[in-house]
Amino acid sequence: MGLEMFEAFSPWNVLPWLVVLACCEASSGVNTSSNSSALQTPNAWFAASSSDPDERISVFELDYDYVQIPYEVTLWILLASLAKIGFHLYHRLPHLMPESCLLILVGALVGSIIFGTHHQSPPVMDSSIYFLYLLPPIVLESGYFMPTRPFFENIGSILWWGGLGALINAFGIGLSLYFICQIKAFGLSDMHLLQNLLFGSLISAVDPVAVLAVFEEARVNEQLYMMIFGEALLNDGISVVLYNILIAFTKMHKFEDIEPVDILAGCARFIIVGCGGVFFGIIFGFISAFITRFTQNISAIEPLIVFMFSYLSYLAAETLYLSGILAITACAVTMKKYVEENVSQTSYTTIKYFMKMLSSVSETLIFIFMGVSTIGKNHEWNWAFICFTLVFCQIWRAISVFVLFYVSNQFRTFPFSIKDQFIIFYSGVRGAGSFSLAFLLPLSLFPRKKLFVTATLVVIYFTVFFQGITIGPLVRYLDVRKTNKKESINEELHIRLMDHLKAGIEDVCGQWSHYQIRDKFKKFDHQYLRKILIRKNLPKSSIVSLYKKLEMKQAIEMVETGILTSAAFSAAHQAQRVQGTKRLSPEDVESMRDILTHNMYQVRQRNLSYNKYNLKPQTSEKQAKEILIRRQNTLRESMRKGHSLPWGKQAGTKNIRYLSFPYSNPQTARRDLRAAESTDDDSSGPEFRPFIFPAHSRSGSLQERRQTQDMIPMMTLHGGGKAFSYSHRSSSSREGTGRGRSLALRPKPLFHVDEEYESGEQTEEEASAEGSRWTAQHRYSRKHQKSHSPLLQRK
Amino acid sequence: MGSRASSLLRDEELEEIKKETGFSHSQITRLYSRFTSLDKGENGTLSREDFQRIPELAINPLGDRIINAFFSEGEDQVNFRGFMRTLAHFRPIEDNEKSKDVNGPEPLNSRSNKLHFAFRLYDLDKDDKISRDELLQVLRMMVGVNISDEQLGSIADRTIQEADQDGDSAISFTEFVKVYQSPLDFKLNFAQEGGADWGLEKCLKVLILFIIFFLIFQSQVLEKVDVEQKMSIRFLH
Repeated sequence: MGLEMFEAFSPWNVLPWLVVLACCEASSGVNTSSNSSALQTPNAWFAASSSDPDERISVFELDYDYVQIPYEVTLWILLASLAKIGFHLYHRLPHLMPESCLLILVGALVGSIIFGTHHQSPPVMDSSIYFLYLLPPIVLESGYFMPTRPFFENIGSILWWGGLGALINAFGIGLSLYFICQIKAFGLSDMHLLQNLLFGSLISAVDPVAVLAVFEEARVNEQLYMMIFGEALLNDGISVVLYNILIAFTKMHKFEDIEPVDILAGCARFIIVGCGGVFFGIIFGFISAFITRFTQNISAIEPLIVFMFSYLSYLAAETLYLSGILAITACAVTMKKYVEENVSQTSYTTIKYFMKMLSSVSETLIFIFMGVSTIGKNHEWNWAFICFTLVFCQIWRAISVFVLFYVSNQFRTFPFSIKDQFIIFYSGVRGAGSFSLAFLLPLSLFPRKKLFVTATLVVIYFTVFFQGITIGPLVRYLDVRKTNKKESINEELHIRLMDHLKAGIEDVCGQWSHYQIRDKFKKFDHQYLRKILIRKNLPKSSIVSLYKKLEMKQAIEMVETGILTSAAFSAAHQAQRVQGTKRLSPEDVESMRDILTHNMYQVRQRNLSYNKYNLKPQTSEKQAKEILIRRQNTLRESMRKGHSLPWGKQAGTKNIRYLSFPYSNPQTARRDLRAAESTDDDSSGPEFRPFIFPAHSRSGSLQERRQTQDMIPMMTLHGGGKAFSYSHRSSSSREGTGRGRSLALRPKPLFHVDEEYESGEQTEEEASAEGSRWTAQHRYSRKHQKSHSPLLQRK
Repeated sequence: MGSRASSLLRDEELEEIKKETGFSHSQITRLYSRFTSLDKGENGTLSREDFQRIPELAINPLGDRIINAFFSEGEDQVNFRGFMRTLAHFRPIEDNEKSKDVNGPEPLNSRSNKLHFAFRLYDLDKDDKISRDELLQVLRMMVGVNISDEQLGSIADRTIQEADQDGDSAISFTEFVKVYQSPLDFKLNFAQEGGADWGLEKCLKVLILFIIFFLIFQSQVLEKVDVEQKMSIRFLH
């Protein structure tokens, strides 16, 4: 494919090049240089100079071939990102279809541009690039974001369904296609059994994660969610292992016959490859968790450790011909829990976002490549083969779902209903994985590779577009959930109350299966693993650590948003309140209901919301924190009053009121604000101190120590039960800022200190490190408040 | 753990619980092992602290109220029997039970008992009325911090106004139950429409209202099922 397009300057051809080579026409001689370079040597830099007889330095040169691959890849990714932005700008669209639809469409667009211009697309996909660079991030991401607890609670069913289901599908589809191929009329008799089996194995790699986003909105039940997630997780691994083994068989078959011993060896290999991969992953996971224990002083390296060790587990497993996919999954699952507690909050965020980014880049590339290879001449269309593939994919998925779940339902405490099974059947969306495997088939072994690719593409397109778009409505239809038509406020409130009540009672019953094994593991975990792998100075409970991590930021946000929104709203509503409560227009009722639906706490969901393409702010964490702060304060308040039981009748609105902000008396707020600003000005110097802390300057650490000493008495006083006024004094003297205005801030450090120093066995070094973290956060808070002050002042 | 638990539970006690709550044998043993694992003091009763140790309950906005519901007045310990009695409210109503429960005491998991359980979560002072204050407290617990007290106050006012039929500005249990049965909201709106001129516009309005009425009626039918669903948990067998 040369660049003969330059001769034919039809507008169609120019169009894409306008993007790439906007200034191409302006410069003379560029066409010849790039033409010659493309034809003669791969390295354009030298080619340009060699084609030029006189060695003079030209003023303007264009060297596209040198940058072609990264340039175009960057453009693809950018295009896909822009498309995603557009996709999410329109709110309803993400609920209608999975995002992979969009990626495929973008890919097809790029493909048609490339096809239209006869442009040679860069060779992004080949076997080693795919397996070494594109696949690991995708797998790592899904392993890392897997909700661990529900996964292990359902592990039996997941293994049963994810493992056996993939095998049944692969062999079922392969064998039945083989029988179709025996029919002479279809002209497929040159395909032998192994090829069909291989095709079966690659086409059975489903990617149902793409539909999880659709599911989430429809609130499918947790087990269903976990089954689909687990399937996605295991499926890739299993089909890749199967694929590799079958390729090895095919290679062998070229020279000699396969004997039963070989088949047995293949089965054994399958098991060893899988288990070995998992074993490697767990080992590497523990190692990296152990290493992050010591990174508190160079936290910038933490994400690197996480990524490199995951990747290392993949590579190490691959060198031994074990399953790298399973290794990296196991590694991510193992280390996640410990790493998250070890690393700093910023590293944690970095890890999360970087992981999402890498995997979405990989997947975008694969999808775009899929689009590119869709539109082109390398297809072979055989009606019989393609139609039967499509049919068998559905049939075998149905069979495997209904048979396997029938069996596993006998052992499960919560059986999967027929509806659940139907949804699982319907979620068999094929994705990037199958395409890549099909695309990477060696042509020498598979003369009809083109047919395979075409069939795979058809299946992917059908499942992604047809099933992906219809599954949302289907789930909603099956799950006859009452829509929000004309609910009265009473209903809204009571129903949410009942949901909370039910969730609470469920938690009391603790009715999650496998709990005995889990208890044992927990014990082991507490006795040995955590002691080895986790830094000492962290609180034990995960909720406390969650609380701790988000505490400061959240409190500030709460203050700000609370002030802003309530100010905006109350102005509008106060007037109506004055008129009397009797007459409320329907719009008011509507708005009230809206407020309730959007602001009432969500019923706790045990699996975190997962979206393959995006990271949402975790509302559940925020909510958990708010509730914890409230409860803590109710407790403290009642203790202050001298009641022994905090849940008595006095736990009234008054006690909870502290979380509503003093929007009603802007005067004090303003006064305090002014005070805050003056102190800010005074201490404008120290504001830069957070940058000094990492370097551990001497003066800085001294100050830290003083501050931590300042904090410790607070705790002891609080233990005495009368700390409230005291803590107010000390905290206000320490912060000097958001006092009074940010009532919610006040109880919070108290609680934190409480947690932190309860153990009392910290060395001073640790305490000071802790203190530095705190002062840094206080600085942050101060900066934050300052930055928002104009807004508040206006009020 | 499970086997030890079941051996600790005496047979006659088990029978009584079975009779009272309608749980099956295996459900009771299963819940008993849960009970003992919650019971850190190992004295056969649960205290409030034991409940508060359940991490998920700690982040439930109604956590304290739910814990409270397990304890009868003035007590701060609950034994297994009481524990089961509370949980029995959440046992799903089975099909064969619906027909036979005409005579005898009403089972704990009946619709009205379920509703009463929910009602008691609001009604702190146990006067069989949800006052504005009580409602406000629950609202405060369930609504995020972004909402001001004023807003909540007006929401509480509205809620009471919507459900209140006898004009005592409180929600009684009968009124509470009616929320789930009658298209109350709609009635109020219709009454406010008023006016004597029956023009075309008015007729259209009535027609539309009737359609809405019909829809509401349908949703009420769903709603009736809903309460039973909302207040039932799938217990293990």
